[in-house]
Amino acid sequence: MIKFENVTKAYPDGTVAVDGLNLEAPTGKLTILVGPSGCGKTTSLRMINRLIEPTSGTIYLDDKPTSGMDAALLRLRIGYVIQHAGLFPHRTIVDNVATMPVLLGESRQGARKKALELMERVGLPASFAKRYPWQLSGGQQQRVGVARALASDPAFMLMDEPFSAVDPVVRAQLQDEFLRLQREIGKTIIMVTHDIDEALKLGDQVAVMRVGGKLAQMATPSELLTAPADEFVADFVGRDRGYRSLGFANAAGTVTLTEEACVTLGTSAVEAQSKATGAWVLVVDGNRKPLGWAQPDLINGELKREHLNLSGTSASSSGTMRQLLDAALSSPSRRGVVVDSNGELIGTVTASDVVKAIEAEPHLETAR
Amino acid sequence: MNFEWLGRQFDNIVFLLGWHVLLAVAPLILGLLIALPLGWWAHRSRRIYPLLVGVAGLLYTVPSLALFVLLPLVLGTKILDPLNIVAALTIYTVALLVRVVADALDSVPEDTVQAAKAMGYRGYQSLVKVELPVGVPVISAGLRVAAVSNVSLVSVAALLGIPQLGSLFTQGFQLRFLTPIIAGILLCVILALILDGLIILLNRWMTPWTPKVVAS
Ligand SMILES: Nc1ncnc2c1ncn2[C@@H]1O[C@H](COP(=O)(O)OP(=O)(O)O)[C@@H](O)[C@H]1O
Ligand SMILES: [Mg+2]
Repeated sequence: MIKFENVTKAYPDGTVAVDGLNLEAPTGKLTILVGPSGCGKTTSLRMINRLIEPTSGTIYLDDKPTSGMDAALLRLRIGYVIQHAGLFPHRTIVDNVATMPVLLGESRQGARKKALELMERVGLPASFAKRYPWQLSGGQQQRVGVARALASDPAFMLMDEPFSAVDPVVRAQLQDEFLRLQREIGKTIIMVTHDIDEALKLGDQVAVMRVGGKLAQMATPSELLTAPADEFVADFVGRDRGYRSLGFANAAGTVTLTEEACVTLGTSAVEAQSKATGAWVLVVDGNRKPLGWAQPDLINGELKREHLNLSGTSASSSGTMRQLLDAALSSPSRRGVVVDSNGELIGTVTASDVVKAIEAEPHLETAR
Repeated sequence: MNFEWLGRQFDNIVFLLGWHVLLAVAPLILGLLIALPLGWWAHRSRRIYPLLVGVAGLLYTVPSLALFVLLPLVLGTKILDPLNIVAALTIYTVALLVRVVADALDSVPEDTVQAAKAMGYRGYQSLVKVELPVGVPVISAGLRVAAVSNVSLVSVAALLGIPQLGSLFTQGFQLRFLTPIIAGILLCVILALILDGLIILLNRWMTPWTPKVVAS
């Protein structure tokens, strides 16, 4: 657990970067600090490992105040992922990752072996081990930064905008991989970002800060969307809050599914027509996995792959209301495809089915 | 060129060359050792930097001959003592390298320094294991200038009668004889080029991590 108690930081020039911050980041959870640029996120983060000393107040690590600790030893217990990766340019990738184990007294060989394992874990091929940082792309460097912070297997991790310097596609990929990793390792993490979507996607809980270094609201992502504390938070969380909050609403068991007749590829157009509801029929493969929708009355002879309309998304029956609604809205038949955990067809829903379920349960159980 | 004279003087020329190398290289190494802590100090303190760099620049403008003559008074050495030359050139080297070392440490990216601190390096560990290694290319560049400048400054000591390649110039002037002068100049140039090359090689060996510039 990391706890801020009334922490204030005023820089020598008089700027109050953080003002009376109270905050608790629970053990094993990912807590996100989010807020507009200059609101004191980085300052808050760096006071935890004492790269910056607070002007007043106390920060606790597992109930022990950090102010009495030896700063270098404290930092050895905390993994730190710096903005723009901040790799050591003069060290190979494997030696960058091995930095903290070596500092902790491990043999170079042992540390390198551990480093190679970690590189694999964060999706870096072993062939990168002997390269230098300048030979890697921004996204790859960020991965090295994460591996380096994990190398000493610290209980705590601090991450400063770890995914900000890469393009949106790579960012989404890094976020997904990181979520998967965190589910395995369960570290106590505080991550800083200015991107509210990233905060809502990754955080177990999210602390919204406002300029002047004050905490505006601390809540789960779904609470932030459904119950913003004030106008600032509502504004910062942004538009489409109602729709986006459905992304946190568990759909399991709340929506009634309709059975959907389906056909396989190679079926004659006449038979497909007999199974169709309205103009559209659902096409599946031999394992009942949905392939797409087809309009039999536009087809002569056999149903082929080229006849399929692929616009519809499919939702898992244990997914969120947002996925169900999107499946319905994106489907050309307006019937959303719902599958089980194996990807096999269970049935379909319409948008009005989903909306009815939402209206029936004003306080939807959150998905996490 | 009188090659016969060169042949006869071979042993003497090798002797002079040996002294020249010693008088140029010893101050280079001493100067670097002194400039490292001073440069680090200048890098650390925004107030010290202009002071140290200013004094260093001023020292550099003192004519070398004046320094060669003045130092015995300060050090209590004899005027013909080669130590005077070593001391004088060490001062020049320090004057040149203080700024170089400070700038080398300044050239280390802030992210890198912060990362080292955040990983748990103590101040001196970060300096030795991260900041100085990353600053090596800048220090090498300064060292090359100092090496070449030392090789040429040593020659001035000929006026005091201290043996090194500059003695060939004085000898040539006295005898109104061109051969020793040409030999002296050539050997100085070659020595400077060799020292320069050695520093380049040393730098390359110490910095396998710098991006290779590929000719396009
Ligand atoms: N070393 C410093 N000296 C003076 N002011 C600073 C310093 N570092 C940051 N600040 C100021 O403190 C405020 C918070 O900065 P920071 O914590 O970096 O914000 P964020 O990470 O949220 O963008 C800003 O107004 C910034 O200009
Ligand atoms: Mg910041």
